Amino acid sequence: MQEPEITPDLIAAHGLTEEEYARIRALIGRTPSFTELGVFSAMWNEHCSYKSSRKWLRTLPTKGPQVICGPGENAGVVDIGDGLAVVFKMESHNHPSYIEPYQGAATGMGGILRDVFTMGARPVAAMNALSFGSPDHTRTRQLVHGVVEGIGGYGNCFGVPTIGGEVRFHSAYDGNCLVNAFAAGLARADSIFYSAASGVGMPVVYLGAKTGRDGVGGATMASAEFDETIEEKRPTVQVGDPFTEKRLLEACLELMDSGAVIAIQDMGAAGLTCSAVEMGDKGDLGVRLDLDRVPCREEGMTAYEMMLSESQERMLMILRPEKEDEARAVFEKWDLDFALVGVTIAEDRFIVMHGNTTRADLPLKALSGSAPEYDRPWVETPPAEPVGDVPGIDPIDALRALIASPNHACKAWIWEQYDHMVMADTVRGPGLGAGIVRVHGTEKALAFTADVTPRYVRANPRQGGRQAVAEAFRNLCAVGARPLAVTDNLNFGNPEKPEVMGQLVGAVQGIAEACEALDTPVVSGNVSLYNETDGRAILPTPTIGAVGLLDSLDALIAGRPVEGDLALLVGEGAGHLGQSALLYEVFNREDGDAPEVDLAAERRNGEFLRANRQWISAATDLSDGGLALAAFEMAEAAGLGVTLDAGDTPTLFGEDQARYLIACTFDAAEALMVAAGQAGVPIATVGRFGGETVQLGRAGAPLSELSALYRSAFAAAFD
Amino acid sequence: MKAAVITFPGSNCDRDLAVAFEAQGARVVRVWHKETELPAGLDVVGLPGGFSFGDYLRCGAIAARAPIAQAVAAFAGRGGHVLGICNGFQVLIEAGLLPGALMRNAGIKFVCRNIGLRVETAQSAFTAQWGAGADITLPVAHHDGNYTADADLVARLRGEDRVALRYRDNPNGSTDDIAAILSANRRVLGMMPHPERAISPAQGGTDGAALFRSLMDAFVPA
Repeated sequence: MQEPEITPDLIAAHGLTEEEYARIRALIGRTPSFTELGVFSAMWNEHCSYKSSRKWLRTLPTKGPQVICGPGENAGVVDIGDGLAVVFKMESHNHPSYIEPYQGAATGMGGILRDVFTMGARPVAAMNALSFGSPDHTRTRQLVHGVVEGIGGYGNCFGVPTIGGEVRFHSAYDGNCLVNAFAAGLARADSIFYSAASGVGMPVVYLGAKTGRDGVGGATMASAEFDETIEEKRPTVQVGDPFTEKRLLEACLELMDSGAVIAIQDMGAAGLTCSAVEMGDKGDLGVRLDLDRVPCREEGMTAYEMMLSESQERMLMILRPEKEDEARAVFEKWDLDFALVGVTIAEDRFIVMHGNTTRADLPLKALSGSAPEYDRPWVETPPAEPVGDVPGIDPIDALRALIASPNHACKAWIWEQYDHMVMADTVRGPGLGAGIVRVHGTEKALAFTADVTPRYVRANPRQGGRQAVAEAFRNLCAVGARPLAVTDNLNFGNPEKPEVMGQLVGAVQGIAEACEALDTPVVSGNVSLYNETDGRAILPTPTIGAVGLLDSLDALIAGRPVEGDLALLVGEGAGHLGQSALLYEVFNREDGDAPEVDLAAERRNGEFLRANRQWISAATDLSDGGLALAAFEMAEAAGLGVTLDAGDTPTLFGEDQARYLIACTFDAAEALMVAAGQAGVPIATVGRFGGETVQLGRAGAPLSELSALYRSAFAAAFD
Repeated sequence: MKAAVITFPGSNCDRDLAVAFEAQGARVVRVWHKETELPAGLDVVGLPGGFSFGDYLRCGAIAARAPIAQAVAAFAGRGGHVLGICNGFQVLIEAGLLPGALMRNAGIKFVCRNIGLRVETAQSAFTAQWGAGADITLPVAHHDGNYTADADLVARLRGEDRVALRYRDNPNGSTDDIAAILSANRRVLGMMPHPERAISPAQGGTDGAALFRSLMDAFVPA
C-alpha cells in the first residue's frame, strides 16, 4: 500500500509546526514516511510530551519518605504501611467529553483505571471533578447527562466505587467542559510494576481488546483548540467497553502474580506508539514491532492507523519468555487477546514492520528524549482590584440563592448514578467532604478529595494554586485523615498566549509552595492545555486530588451533629468577600482578589483537628459559601436546625482560609478551647445545632423548606 | 455451612458476597463460570451482583446459559438453596428459576442509595432472623431492577407468601413494590438490594447480616 506524500498541509494537519518538522528532518537526516510522521506527531503533541509545561512541572515537590514512586510512571505510589501502597492519579478527558460526552467520560474512566492497575494495583476508589458551562447554555444539559452516565456506565460495570468529586458551572466552560477522573488502587509495596523494559530479545506482548480505527489522532486532537469544525472530530473519540476492562484487570493481576511480567504499560493516548516507545526509552532498549500480528477489529488497517489507534482496553507487556504458556493461559481464561507482536532489541531503533515493508525506522530515544520543550513567554497576572462595595442582603435570602444554584445544591442526582458502595468497603460516600474506603482486610482506611476554586485561580493564580492544595488538605483533616500526597490535573487555555501561560506558572508556583509546606508531595499528574473555543479560554482549573490515611477507623471524624451540640469555628478571618460564591451567585459579580492562604495556619489548624478528634462530633472545612453554607450543609445532613449568632454578610459568607466548623458537646467545647489555647489555634463558639429552624442572626427559615430546596434544585435544573 | 460463590466474567460483588458468608463462619468455595459441576456438599449457592458478560444482550441472559448455570439449576432442582443478589437475581430470572422480569428502572437512570425495605415473610432460610414485618435498610445499586409481573403472577406470589421484601419508597417502578421474591419451594431467593454491603457498622449499616445468620442457623447442625 502506497503511503501519502509528505506535504506542508499534511504536516500542519498533524499539529506539527515548521520548526518541529525541521527538527524531525535533522534528527533522521531524511524525509519521514507517513507512518513516521504520525509517530512523531503522537509523541510530540502537547498531551504526550508536556512540551509547554515540563519546565514548570519540574519545580513541584515530588519526594518524601512516604513516596515509593513519583511522577513519570503511569501513576504515583505511596507507602501506607503494613507492606501496602496506594497507587493513584488524576487525568483529564476534556476534549473527547465535549465532542461525545458519554464515550468521552467513559473512556476517561477507563484510562485512569488502567493507569492504576498497570502498576499492579487493584482500583478501590474513583472520583471525578467536572466543570460545565452555564446551566442555561444550550449544550450544558446534554453534557451533564452524557458525562454522568458515561462515568457511571463505565465505573459501575468495572466495579470501582465512585466516592467523591466536585461539579461546577461557569460560562467560561461553555465551549470546553472539563472531565477530570481520579482513581486509586491498592498494591503490595514490594510488587509494583513499572514500564521500563529490560533484556534484549524479550517478547513484546499485546494484551486485551482488538485494535480498531477509533481514536486515530486523538492525542493530537486533544492538543488543539476547538472551532466550528468540532463536529468533524467526533470519529477521533474512542469507544469504551468496561466489561473488557474488568476482564483485563483480573487477567493482568493474575498475570502479575505469575511472575511473567518484566514491564507493562497501558495503551492510552497514541496507543501502540506511546506505550512501545516509553517502555524502550525507559529501559534504554530498542523495539521492533511486527504489525501483521496485532489483533485487529477491522480489515485493511494500515500501519499508520494501527500505530495511532486509541482503541481502549489494551496493554503492552515485556514477557519473561519461559512464562509464555502460563501467561497465555491466563488471557485465554478471560477470553482476551494475547499476541506476540515484537521484540526488544539492543540498538536504539524503533522499527515498525507491516506486510514485509518497513513502515518506520526511527531513533527510539530521540522520539521521547528529543521532544521539543518550550519556555513559553508568560506575563504575571496583574493584581486584582479590591472588591467593590457589597450591598446588604437578608442572609437567609443569600443562603437560598446559594443552595438553589447547581454549584452548591445537593448533587445526589449525580452521585446516585454512581455505584459508591461496590467492594463493600465504603465508609463514607459522596456528598460532604472527603470520601473514605477501608483498606480491605486491615484496620486502616483511605480518604480522598478533589478540589480547586477556579475563580480564585483566575484572580490570583498563585493564591489559587495554594488554595486548591489547602482545601484538599482541610477536607482530609476534617475526617481525621493524615494527608499523604496529591495528584494534580492542570487544565488551562492556550499556552501560546502569555496571559494563559502566566496563569499556569502562577498556579504551579502556588501548588508547589503549598505542597512543600503541608508535606504533601505531587506524585502524579496530567496537563490539559488548549481548552479554548474560538479564542476564549476556560477558567484556569488546576484540580488537586489528595489522599489521606486513617490508621484505624477510631481515628475517623465522620459523625453528625446532634441536638444541642455547639458550633465552634476553628481559625480566623476578616470576612473576605472577594471572588466569593456569594458575590458570584447572588450579585453576579466576580471581582476582588482571592483570599490569602496562610500555609502555617493551615498546617497548625489541620493538625489541631486530628490531635483532638476525641472531642469532635463532626467537622467540615469552610470553603465556598463560608460559615453559613458549611453550617447549613452540616446541619441539613443530620436533619437538624442550626443557629449562628452572627447576622452580617462578611462573617457568614466570607471565604477566609484555614478554617473549620466543628460540632461538639458543651463539655467537649471546654476541652477544645483549652487545647486550642495551648496550640495557638483561634477558636470560638459561633452558634449551636438543633431545633427545626435555620437561624442566621435575626433571619430564620424552617429547615424543611431549605432542605427541600437544597435537595431538589439540581434535578430541577437538569432532570 | 458450606457456600459456593459463582464468578462470571463481569461479576463484581463476588468477593463481597464471599466476605459476608465468611464473616458468619461459613466455608466458601469460589466457582468459575466455565465449570460444569458444583463442589460436593454445598448448602448454599450465591450468585453475586455485577455486570455478568457486560450486561450485553439482556442483564443476566448470557450468564444464565453459562456452563455453571445448568449445575446451579440442577442443584436448585434437588432442593438446594440459591441466593441471587442484584445481577444474580437477573440471572435467576433469565435461567427460569424465578418468575417475572427485571426491566430498566422507571427513572431510566442507575440508582445507588440506601433504601428502606419491609420484610414480608419470615418463612424461609434467608429471612427467618429478620422476622416478618421488620423495617430494614439496605443499599441498592442497579440500572435494571424494575421487577415486572402481570396481575396473575402478582396474585400467585402474594397468595403463596413469596414476596420476601418490599420497598417502602419504590426506587425503580417495581410492580407491587417488590424487591425480593422466593421460589415456590422457598429455597431460591432473588433480591435487588445488597445485604453483603450492610454487615458492619463501618459500612453504615448492619441489617444485611441477619440474612447470612439465618442461613447459618438453617445449616449448622444444632
